[in-house]
Amino acid sequence: MQSLVEILERNALTPREDIARMLDLPLEEVERKIAQLEAEGIILGYQAIVSREKWDTDLVTAVIEVKVTPERDGGFDRIASRIAKFEEVQSCYLMSGGYDLLITVEARNLRAVAAFVAEKLSTLSNVQATATHFRLKTYKENGTFHTYEQAPERLSVSP
Amino acid sequence: MGDVISLGIGEPDFATPWHIREAAIYALEKGRTGYTSNLGLPRLRRAIAAYTGRMFGVEYDALSEVLVSVGVSEAIDLGLRALLDPGDEVLYHEPCYVSYAPTITLAGGVARAVRTRACDDFRLRAEDLEAAVTPRTRALMLNFPTNPTGGTMGAGDLEAVAEVCRKHDLTVFTDEIYSEITYDGQSHTSIAALPGMKERTVLLHGVSKAYAMTGWRIGFACAPREMIEAMMKIHQYSILCAPLMGQDAAIEALERGRTAMESMRDEYARRRNFICAGLAECGLPCFKPKGSFYVFPDITSTGLSSREFSLRLLHEKKVAVVPGEAFGPGGAGHVRCSFATGLDQIKVAVARIAEFCDEVRSARA
Repeated sequence: MQSLVEILERNALTPREDIARMLDLPLEEVERKIAQLEAEGIILGYQAIVSREKWDTDLVTAVIEVKVTPERDGGFDRIASRIAKFEEVQSCYLMSGGYDLLITVEARNLRAVAAFVAEKLSTLSNVQATATHFRLKTYKENGTFHTYEQAPERLSVSP
Repeated sequence: MGDVISLGIGEPDFATPWHIREAAIYALEKGRTGYTSNLGLPRLRRAIAAYTGRMFGVEYDALSEVLVSVGVSEAIDLGLRALLDPGDEVLYHEPCYVSYAPTITLAGGVARAVRTRACDDFRLRAEDLEAAVTPRTRALMLNFPTNPTGGTMGAGDLEAVAEVCRKHDLTVFTDEIYSEITYDGQSHTSIAALPGMKERTVLLHGVSKAYAMTGWRIGFACAPREMIEAMMKIHQYSILCAPLMGQDAAIEALERGRTAMESMRDEYARRRNFICAGLAECGLPCFKPKGSFYVFPDITSTGLSSREFSLRLLHEKKVAVVPGEAFGPGGAGHVRCSFATGLDQIKVAVARIAEFCDEVRSARA
């Protein structure tokens, strides 16, 4: 299973026939295992990694540190889930250290991010403070390089 | 010739893991650009002794029983030159890496091949070895996992070979360069770990293959003190020392490279499965190697010699493989395909080999 997940994490579009050969398993077994991983909620979804330098280049991404007041019963979970439900929010993590939640927000422009922070995020009663950072350039995302990395040179035949 | 996919390359397609390159860059920034002691940096020798202890279960004294060389190739040459008198015979198993026999000859020895066979998964049979021993036999050269066959030897197989070596008082050179690259959870045994063998064995290893560091040229020899001293005399006049930058990088590899090495090995394992299945579908019987990154399929069913097969495959389908005869007459009827190449490339290569085999067979029919 571990090897299967590794292959899919690297490239979810790897043909199932290729995976079967790599893992030395029958094709049906690979398909069954993938279905099982999906059913058990281990694999939650598949996405493309898109270069923002080349596509939808106006989109703005902000990383926002959020300090919140945890609740007596729900701890951080309820407020985190409330924040995560906003469609602008791409990811939301509970962090150790100087703040509590780290969220990434994508919006059409800077004004839209500002509006989200000022009108939606800061006005939640549990939110104490926010600090917003704008992304300038992506070098690597989910293990994939966005910048051009030259392939190392090799001789074509060697001992 | 453009658009050629090479399965002829005997080195990892990965660049050296970044943390190892970073360590070398850091060392350069600090101005570490000089000579080292002839035997190599003491810190590296300690790292080697610890590594061989962990990896092979053989304990060596870091300061007197370890020599850092310019790749394993240099260490083999040193060992043979240190040991052999003119006319001494050295046995080696064949098919094998191309440089053993010439290196033995250059050292004044007489190279004697012992055949290994596809039907034995290219293991060395003790009885074949025994039959090849003469009163002039001085040493045995081993390389398991083997380039080009991917053959491996379990502890039991090695014990039978060790028995022959003890009986005839042979020195063993064991080239362990592929020892980390073993599959199916199989643990690797070195002949040096068997009873009564450490004192007659020169264990040769390096960082080239396991850590994707072929260009750094760092190998090492572990052997009894007298042997290391004799090798060092030649080493200090011919090479002086292995390059410092490579030694600094090798320390990082041996001490902290395990995770990166295992992830490369796992990738090789997936490619091995892929290429073996693909070649079998082409009707090329192929022993599934338990080590190394080579497969050595039998191509006799095509009716071609391995040289014809390789040349025509290159010209007609632009896939480069190495004819088995390059590794000794025992390699006839086979070709070596390296799977140290990206899976997307391997996939195209296998499809082209399948086309080629179909065309050759239908032309004969």
